[in-house]
Order: sequence, then C-alpha cells, then structure tokens
Amino acid sequence: MKLRKHFWIPALVLAMLLATTGAVLAQDTPDAAAVAATASDTATSVNILWVMLASFLVFFMQAGFALVETGFTRAKNVAHTMMMNLMVFCIGALGYWLVGFALQFGAVNHTYADINNMGAWAFSPISMGDWTGVLDTGVILNGQWGVMGLSGFMLAGLTANFGVLAFFMFQMVFMDTAATIPTGSMAERLNFKGFILMGLWVSMFIYPVVGMWVWGGGWLANLGRTMGWGNGAVDFAGSGVVHMIGGVTAFIGAIVIGPRIGRFNKNGTANAIPGHNIPMGILGTIILFFGWFGFNPGSALGFTGAFRNLAVLAAVNTLLAGAIGGIVAMLVMWWFGPSKRPDPAMSVNGVLAGLVAITAPCAFVDTWAAVVIGGIAGVLVVLATFALEKMRIDDPVGAAPVHMVNGMWGVLAVGIFANGNPDTAAWNGVPTPVTGLLYGSSTQILAQLAEVGAIFVTVFVLGFVFFKIVNAIGWLRAKPNDELVGLDLPEMGAPGYTTDDVVMHGGMLGGRMRGSTSPVRATSTAGAQR
Amino acid sequence: MTKKIEAIIREEALQDVKDALREVGIVGLNVHEVHGHGRQGGIELSWRGTAYQMDLLPKIQINIVLSDHNVERTIDTIIKVTRTGKEGDGLIFVYPVEDVIRIRTGERGREALQYKDDIDEKTKSPSR
Repeated sequence: MKLRKHFWIPALVLAMLLATTGAVLAQDTPDAAAVAATASDTATSVNILWVMLASFLVFFMQAGFALVETGFTRAKNVAHTMMMNLMVFCIGALGYWLVGFALQFGAVNHTYADINNMGAWAFSPISMGDWTGVLDTGVILNGQWGVMGLSGFMLAGLTANFGVLAFFMFQMVFMDTAATIPTGSMAERLNFKGFILMGLWVSMFIYPVVGMWVWGGGWLANLGRTMGWGNGAVDFAGSGVVHMIGGVTAFIGAIVIGPRIGRFNKNGTANAIPGHNIPMGILGTIILFFGWFGFNPGSALGFTGAFRNLAVLAAVNTLLAGAIGGIVAMLVMWWFGPSKRPDPAMSVNGVLAGLVAITAPCAFVDTWAAVVIGGIAGVLVVLATFALEKMRIDDPVGAAPVHMVNGMWGVLAVGIFANGNPDTAAWNGVPTPVTGLLYGSSTQILAQLAEVGAIFVTVFVLGFVFFKIVNAIGWLRAKPNDELVGLDLPEMGAPGYTTDDVVMHGGMLGGRMRGSTSPVRATSTAGAQR
Repeated sequence: MTKKIEAIIREEALQDVKDALREVGIVGLNVHEVHGHGRQGGIELSWRGTAYQMDLLPKIQINIVLSDHNVERTIDTIIKVTRTGKEGDGLIFVYPVEDVIRIRTGERGREALQYKDDIDEKTKSPSR
C-alpha cells in the first residue's frame, strides 16, 4: 500500500534524469561565445542569489531593533515601541516603492554609464544582469553633480528585470534600517501619528535623496572625478548613508521632542531610566549582529570574482569589529563606570558601535584595522553617551551615540585605513584602488570628510525643519499624562503584556477563558487537586 | 491566642527558611514578594553609564499564623537560618490575630490551625 502510494517519486526522479541527459546529449558542441554567455549568466545568478539572501538577513535586523529598543525602555511602553518597529517597515516598504527607490537610484544608470563601459566596479548593474535603458533619469548638474534620481517610481516597467527587483529588495531593507533608528531615540514619548510621518519622511525623502549622493551616482560619489579627491565618497555598506542618516535623524528628533518626563532634574543632573528587559536587549543585539552579515558582505552586490573577495573580507571584518567594540565598551564601564561593573546595556551599545563603525570600511581594510576601528568605536560610544547626558539630550536606547557618532567615525576610517586593495580599483570611476592616509593617499580623507559634513548638515537641518513642523501640528509628542501612565493604553489601546490571568481573565483556573461563570466549577476540576 | 508572624527576609534565604520551618513543624505558611528598604537605603546600580539608587530591593515576606506559645521557637528558627550579620537580613513582625476560620470545615481559632505532624505534635506539648 505504502509502496504503491509513493512509487511516483522515484519514477519522477528517473524521468527528470532522462530528460536532462537527453537535453545535454542533444546539444551541439557549444561555441566559445555560448560558453561565455552561460558562464556570465551563472555569475549573474550567483550574484543575485547572494543579494537576495543578504536582503533577507538585513530584513531580520528589524527584529533586532525591535527587541533592543523595547528591552531598553519601560514595560508600560512595550506595545507602542514594538508597534513602531513593526509599522516602520510596513510604511517604509510602501514609501520606498512609491517614491524612495526612484529618488535614490533613478539616475544610477546615467551617472555610471561610463563606469560600466570600463567594466569595473561601481554601485552599478554590472554584477546583477542587464540594466540597459532603465533608471537613467535624474537631476544632475554639470553632468556629474547628481542630486536625485527621477525614474523607477513604483518600479513601473521594471517588474520583468530581476536584477533591478533584487536590487530594490536589498535597498529597501537598508532604508528600513535607517528609518527604524529614530524610533529608539524618541521612544516612550513619540506620538504615533508623528511616528508615521517620520517613517514617510525617512523612506520617501531624506534617506533616498541623501543616499543618492553616495550610492546612486550622486555628487559625493563623483568627488573623485570632479575634484580629484581619492575615489570620491566611499561607503561600502552605509556607515554614512544608512547609520548617519538614521542617527542624525534620531539626534535631531531627540532634541526637538525633548527629554522624557523625569529624565533630568532642575539642577541639571540626570536620572537613569533603566530598561525593563536586558535579555530582550541582548537577544536583539545578537540578532542585529547576525543580520549585519547580510548588511556588510551583501553590499558587495555579488559573490563572484572581486565581489566574492570583498564580501568575504567584509564578513570577517564585521565579526572582529563588533566583537572588539563590545569588549572595549564593557571594559571602559568596568574600569571607569559608576558601578565599576561590566554594564550590560553599555556593552550592547558597544557591540553595535563596532558594527556601525566597520560598515563603511569593512571591504577596504585589513583585519588588524577592523580591530582598531571597532575598538575606538567602543570608546566613542561611551564618551558620546556621557556627552549627550551633559547636553541634556534624552536618547533612551543610545541611537545617536551608536549610529550617528560611529557612523561618522566609520566613514572617516575609510580615508585613514583603506589599504589599496586592487579589488577596489575603479571604484566610483577612478582607476586607482581605494587608498587611505596610512597607505599613501592624502585625498581620500577629503571625500570622506565631505560625506560626513554633507550628510550631517543636510539631515540635521532638514530634520529640524521637519520635526518642528510635526510639532507645530501637535503630532510630535504624546500628552504628558499619557507618557506618565505609559503609551500602551492611551496611544495603542492595548497593554503590551497581557499574561496576568487574574487581571485579564479572572484567574488561571476559571473565569472567561474557560467559558465558566461559576467558581465552583473551576474548583471541582483542577482546584480540588491542589 | 493566635499570632501572626510577618518575616521580611532575603530572597535567597527562602528555601532554607521553608526547610527549617517544616522541620520544626510549621506546616502552613504563605509568602509575598515585596520590595522595600530599611536603614541601608538600597544599593547603587548603573544603566548605560548612569548611576541610580535602587532603593526598593526585592525581599520575601513570609506570613505564618500560629498559636502564641510557638512564636518564640519559630522566630528563633527563622533567625537561625537567615542571619548573615550584614545589612539587609530583614525584620520580623508579630501581630495578634482576632480569629481564624477554616473555610472547608468551619473550625475556628486554634483548631483551625492544627495539622497532623504540626509543631504542637512534634514538641509533644499538651493540647490546651
């Protein structure tokens, strides 16, 4: 019976084998061009498979952000904080599809056309199939000073181009990483309507436009060709593009919205507001670390030839920098912190700081440099945390110290430690490889400084205007009383933790959940056994 | 006469106290998780580099209702296993209890507090 039921499986396998063999035998001896085309198609498939897998890993980082932000805040705000982390993805995905992707990459084929002809590396379609004739319209001054793209809205006409679709997947989850960073710095007091506007702001405007300057063939990327500054602004996986945009938005958001009630005293001293769940924070950090192996190595945009070399190096450097960042922050707290103990929450920030800092340089530096970069990040994050407190800026999860400060450090680190690896030759259309101060190039650091300055000023100023407008319509900050009782009930209409059966369901052994209205019935079953 | 003992002890001492009380024959008790401080005023902790005073420390409150002639022996037992000599060992309060009623049988007063193998049987003191 069993045999008869499943006999078709080996039969099917056999049929498939026969068909494959027949097809192979039927082919004529392939000519060299056909072999090359097949090999190229295989390479494209491998590259796209890698980009897709990396996209899925980066998507999972949203879970990490949700856990870190929620664990680092109070139990009365869990539903609100978690909802922001759920909805920022949903809102951002649609916003980026509608407008964001077109603004960021709508001109990528125009500005990189000549680089593609060089057959060399760039953030360009060369690793991911044929992009002829698409994504080539934008606002570009004097040929190379790209400001924003203007094609590919809603992926119109692009649904048959698997390379573009894979690229969209990857870039969308990157945008989401930037968009979710400010929810941490404004947690526990952000009005949910204001949050939704913030999600649209990041996904549809500030991230795509500023991101275009570095990754979409914009003016920062072209500083090498226009100004002779190294290879132009070089940011492998987005210390500047993703983390600084998210981090500076988080910073200005925290300034405009103001500190949580009770965070600072009249005399200027600070009160700690401990998070409610350190295990959640640490689990989230490990998930983020895991996702970062898609974030950084995936940014090679391929896994063949030079792309493969860079992806693997990026993975190892990511591992080292995250690890040393955690160690250094832990030791700083252990030796100099107020409790003279290895503060878990600061150690979490240290790991993330190391990861953020290595994000731009991960494919350009030796492993020893990754350790140095991550170690310095572990110190910077602690200093920045104390500085914010001195400035009376309340950032509940440390978003600005982690993402803004170490995003800056990561971008600059490229200009210092980039080792002139030949695999990076022709980056951004400059024939020489990416080379930093320590390896003899004094101009790369200029392009990196330009990236840091441009991103900081633009995101800070426009973010200030944006948050002021949201504040003016009354959507920025939750009502003081709602903040005091916790945002879960007044803002969300649902408590985050509903496990208390006595309160919610009239007792574990009876009540509504058992469909019983009689206490006697409950007692007569389980109760009597106690 | 019946009395109630409320002992505020360290969390980590609970298992030892339960074992010791069972040995001397205190059969019935319940516990609360409580938070509070005494003279010590809590301990200093840090959250992301900011020091803060955790002045409401977690403690266990053990509630025992018993006949007054067993109070001293029970107190001695609790002190014996909970005293470390350091701050934070806790406090014991003793209150008079108006009445005790066992819901199942309707017994009242001392009768409601008597169990098989309880402290009275173990000390073989005559039931008064």
